[in-house]
Amino acid sequence: MGVVQGDQMVLNIGPQHPSTHGVLRLKVWTDGEIVSEIKPYIGYLHRCFEKHSENVTYEQVIPFTDRCDYIASMNNNFGYVVTMEELMEIKVPERVEYIRVIMAELNRIASHLLALGVYGLDVGAFTPFLYMFRDRERILDIFELTCGARLLYNYMWVGGVSHDLPKDFERICIGFLDYFEPKIKEYNDLLTHNKIFLERTADVGVLPPDVAINFGVSGPNLRGSGVNWDVRKDEPYSIYDRFEFEIPLGEGEFGTVGDSFDRYWVRMCEMKESIKIIRQAIKDLPDGDVFQTIPKKIRPPKGSIYRRTESPRGDLGYYIISDGSPIPYRVKMRSPAFTALSSLGEIAQGWMLSDVIAILGSLDIVLGEIDR
Amino acid sequence: MTVDNLMNWFAELGDFPELAFILAVLICAVPVFLFIAIYALVAIYGELKISSFMQDKVGPMGQGVGLHAGKWGLLQPVADALKLILKEDIIPASADKKLFILAPFIVFIGAFIAFAALPFNQNLIIADMNIGIFYILAVSSLGVIGLIMAGWSSNNKWSLYGAMRSAAQIVSYEIPAALSIIAVIMLTGTLSMQGIIQHQSGFVWGILPNWIIFQNPFTFAAFFIFFVSGVAECNRTPFDIPEAESELVAGAFTEYSGMRYAFFFLSEYANMFIVSGIAVTAFLGGWQSPIPGILNSPGWGLWWFMSKAMFLIFVMIWFRWTFPRLRVDQLMNVCWKGFTPIAMVNIFGVGIWHLMLG
Repeated sequence: MGVVQGDQMVLNIGPQHPSTHGVLRLKVWTDGEIVSEIKPYIGYLHRCFEKHSENVTYEQVIPFTDRCDYIASMNNNFGYVVTMEELMEIKVPERVEYIRVIMAELNRIASHLLALGVYGLDVGAFTPFLYMFRDRERILDIFELTCGARLLYNYMWVGGVSHDLPKDFERICIGFLDYFEPKIKEYNDLLTHNKIFLERTADVGVLPPDVAINFGVSGPNLRGSGVNWDVRKDEPYSIYDRFEFEIPLGEGEFGTVGDSFDRYWVRMCEMKESIKIIRQAIKDLPDGDVFQTIPKKIRPPKGSIYRRTESPRGDLGYYIISDGSPIPYRVKMRSPAFTALSSLGEIAQGWMLSDVIAILGSLDIVLGEIDR
Repeated sequence: MTVDNLMNWFAELGDFPELAFILAVLICAVPVFLFIAIYALVAIYGELKISSFMQDKVGPMGQGVGLHAGKWGLLQPVADALKLILKEDIIPASADKKLFILAPFIVFIGAFIAFAALPFNQNLIIADMNIGIFYILAVSSLGVIGLIMAGWSSNNKWSLYGAMRSAAQIVSYEIPAALSIIAVIMLTGTLSMQGIIQHQSGFVWGILPNWIIFQNPFTFAAFFIFFVSGVAECNRTPFDIPEAESELVAGAFTEYSGMRYAFFFLSEYANMFIVSGIAVTAFLGGWQSPIPGILNSPGWGLWWFMSKAMFLIFVMIWFRWTFPRLRVDQLMNVCWKGFTPIAMVNIFGVGIWHLMLG
């Protein structure tokens, strides 16, 4: 009689699966419910962003950046134009800087709302998802009012923004913030402090700080592990050094530092900080022009630049090489979601199948940005 | 009106006992099937609307002329049912055809035959067996076999996961559920559904109706254990891991479509009614009026039974749209480390309380 040898089952999660947040394929080796190895396979949403960029003019790259991280298009625009302006040494008007910050922070709230709501869906709670989408709609309405688009804005241009703010913008925006601030408590009551939710997230998928740094994880995922790193504070770009805001860090309130709950909680707190920034920016919003006069055809000087900005998902870097022509020689995008996804295999090993979904959700990946 | 009465009545007409039996069973089965179908439509509509109100939306609505879901979306469940019936029936090429076809019926039969012992009012029970509650507990776990068959025959890893999970879950939660029913049986001294209800007439503590849930603190706990275990047996959130949408796509039902899927759906709602029906019978006085002595005619009895059962179904819907989902090992912990020991202690508690104060 030989010994009965258990075998591992290979399971393909995706590319069509309800909770892969896009078209991601995870190859999972399972022993019963326990997952022993995970390999993410990406590329299903590859749209040749970088190669495309080498064939269009500098302004025409901006719509492509929209489509990379389609949840936070404003922040993607922001990163690209900030990098371009630094390369060309353009100084944009004050009003533009403030509008950009307001839009970027509003989009950060919208992006975090989606991340948190979908995370609730991943662990099986349907109602918080709809509550958060209800409030996200209002932000999209503000964007629609401002630039006419609800998802892919193409709002920030090199040297300015495409439209000035609408007439009543300040009242509408403050109205939204006043409406939205108490809603955070509602989410906490409904989802965050639910015992089942805590059981599912606390202590699950711990990402230790050193592992996070080794993988190059950034943004809320890194801060969830307790590392104080935020490009807005540490390498201020645009006018972020003028605002007062805190950097929420994961404290392991219900488990270990760096668990799924911390990543979730950091996002929840960041929304409050974004509200603070928007309030300050609206208070100081100056009048003026919304577009700096720049040559019709953008011809940056020969050279290269790398600049990173803080998108809702982390350090969003643009590396641009210019050969002096109106068409970029190379545009490379450093995707924060890509690094976050690469750490999945490390932190989700040994957990159960349901936890893999919960951990994947807590990393808040957007496949459009990973595959580009 | 029981199946026995009908059989006797038919038997008097002629000397064909087998024919009388078949006729009597058919006459009882058809209304039960119609009841399940209509109740499922109502429950689906309720689920749509209640979930919508909880989620700050209006749910199915229809207005104006044309093809729409009727006033307040009342026709939405009918449209859903029609869609399911008209859908193409797909059997995967690599599936085990016989088991695949058989599975939904076994699941449904498990739910269907349990209705035979549910007392809707003083007279409206198909068979008032002397082992009624035992019978219901026994047949309602028949569905597990169907689920395992569905999961295995689909030849799909997700289905298999769902089937294994639901088998583990349903079998585990039978135990605390049955243990808390034992407490009831100790108090009533009968297994017959009507007997249990008749035991609950009159007052307790002076003002409260003499329902078992109010009789002592241990039965109060037993009710909650039974109800939560019942929710788990129905695979409803927060215990819906067998069909965990975000993990397993649709669990054992992944490969099913059309009419076969509709049967699974129907049996889920039928199971909800059975669990509520047992809870109402065993703990909440069945068809007894909440104010003992008045409004106790059979018509009102039907009303009380249905409204109590529907209230419990509402609570299940409420659960579903409020809670996240437990993980499979946490679910087992709740059952084996929480409910089962408490339910066992409960039996002693009920007995001691009954001896000392009863």
